[in-house]
Amino acid sequence: MAEPITGRIWTFGDNVNTDVIFPGKYTYTLKNSSDIAAHALEDLEPEFASRVQPKDIIVAGTNWGCGSSREQAVTCLVYAGVSAIVAKSFSRIYYRNALNNGLLAIECPEFVEQAQAGLAATISLQNSTIKLEGLLEPFAFKPFSTDVIRLLEAGGLVSFVKKQLNQT
Amino acid sequence: MANSNNRGQTFAQKALARAAGREHALVGEILDVTPDVILSHDNTAAIRKVWKEFGQERVLNPHKLAITLDHAVPAPTSVHAQNHKEIRSFAEEQGIVNFFEAGRGICHQVLSEEVVVKPGQVILGADSHTPHFGWLGAFGAGIGRSEVAALWAQGDLWLKVPSTIRIHLNGILPPSVTAKDFTLKIIGDLGSDGGIYRSIEFAGDTVHAMSIDSRSVLPNMMAELGAKNSFICPDETTLAYCTARLTRRRFGHAASPDQSQQIREELVAGCLYPDAECELEAEHFYQADLLEPYVACPHHVDNVVPISELTQVRVDQAFIGTCTNGRLEDIAAAAGILAGKNIAKHTRLLVIPASSEVLQESMRLGYADALVSAGAMLGVPGCGPCMGNHLGIPAPGEVIISSANRNFQGRMGTPEADIYLSSPAVVAASAVTGYITDPREL
Repeated sequence: MAEPITGRIWTFGDNVNTDVIFPGKYTYTLKNSSDIAAHALEDLEPEFASRVQPKDIIVAGTNWGCGSSREQAVTCLVYAGVSAIVAKSFSRIYYRNALNNGLLAIECPEFVEQAQAGLAATISLQNSTIKLEGLLEPFAFKPFSTDVIRLLEAGGLVSFVKKQLNQT
Repeated sequence: MANSNNRGQTFAQKALARAAGREHALVGEILDVTPDVILSHDNTAAIRKVWKEFGQERVLNPHKLAITLDHAVPAPTSVHAQNHKEIRSFAEEQGIVNFFEAGRGICHQVLSEEVVVKPGQVILGADSHTPHFGWLGAFGAGIGRSEVAALWAQGDLWLKVPSTIRIHLNGILPPSVTAKDFTLKIIGDLGSDGGIYRSIEFAGDTVHAMSIDSRSVLPNMMAELGAKNSFICPDETTLAYCTARLTRRRFGHAASPDQSQQIREELVAGCLYPDAECELEAEHFYQADLLEPYVACPHHVDNVVPISELTQVRVDQAFIGTCTNGRLEDIAAAAGILAGKNIAKHTRLLVIPASSEVLQESMRLGYADALVSAGAMLGVPGCGPCMGNHLGIPAPGEVIISSANRNFQGRMGTPEADIYLSSPAVVAASAVTGYITDPREL
């Protein structure tokens, strides 16, 4: 977690819901990670799955991930290589699902206002900042709590719980 | 300090404090909460796979698991059938008492009918409409699949104590204006992130005058406001419903008045009420007499207009059902409108009861006959086409009027279809004319 993450930006608007991130019709039929990744955001940005690069960053408006609790709306992006989502706000189940799967979910409205698709951004968890290509001053976000950092360092909830169960 | 131990507490503070073994909880505080009920449905097979990674043979708390097969029933493909098969054998192997087979109905309706969740309890579920259980005074919140697996393994989960928004409704609802219309009005006013991370409490004489079927809609739809949970104070209506059903479930039909009284006392002891002086983030006041039928237009639930402002919208398929509006009262309203009439030639009507009990009552009371005689299709109790798994998926370019809770693009399985949301009465009236129609105009 000490190393900063750099990726290219994809931009989306407000209230992007889990049905367009990962359609409900696939929730009980697609099981392996490459199949799940192949349908990420297909109804909203049909070229996303074929053009996304490892470490890419999704930048969105308010209430990203509203709607269903389906966890594939997070894992489809993880499997596609997305490293972080920076939004003005998140729906609460999506926010939990993201951190539980080791996907960075960062609220930083000031950054979202300036971000443009295709530019690079660099996220430092150590400094709680995001730097946008072409701007000198990085944007600050509220640091994650130590509990969340531990969760992310463990690689998500499943690995975290495994560790806890082994200790007791 | 605005937030001290001396202040009264909201329902959310009290419920989460109790589930964390504490006397008091502060808004914003993070607690390790041990829920009373852990809900999952067709996603149970996927959760089991995650849980297996923990290396356990037995779940920690089999009596707390409630599993319903509802999202794709009866199985539309062999892949879905295999999924159900894995869930059945898991329920058998772990001795899950509260396992409900395909056809029994939708998780939120079935667990309500069976009183698996009781007033004052905490239920966490791998389903975003888990706030539903606020209708009976429980704390219900949706969580992810991995979190349910973690709960099976270790029993508790961190939750942040939400701040509270209270919404009041007073006065008398005009004819053909329903609880659903009220929720659409709220979501239109506050936006689909208007209750994000919040606890939404309902109050007012109109709310407490509502039937069980009507009041169930209020917390259910607050999921579309982004709420963490929602709450209605348990009253005589709540206690009478829960007492009768729990007594029957525990002691059978021949239960004595003493046994019934024992159950009632047990339920009353569990109830939690917000203190008179508690910390509210905001309050909103609505007058029931001023409400009218509302419609949420494509593709967002907060894209709400009064039906009077809607210009002619031609409907290909009308759908009545789901955890939001598939109860007996909803089917009765539809049957009342459709009795002796025919559905418009260019329109189909699909009715899917929320539970087997709703289906049986619909048959007993003649509603099923009235609907089928008018030309409706009647489906097996379950979620139906709500999230596009099966049964009633629209064709590209088609327009749907639905009593469900979400109209997101592609929600019903076809991204090129337009979904409008409304009360069951509006859906039924629209099926008659073939255009989105105010039931008061029929």
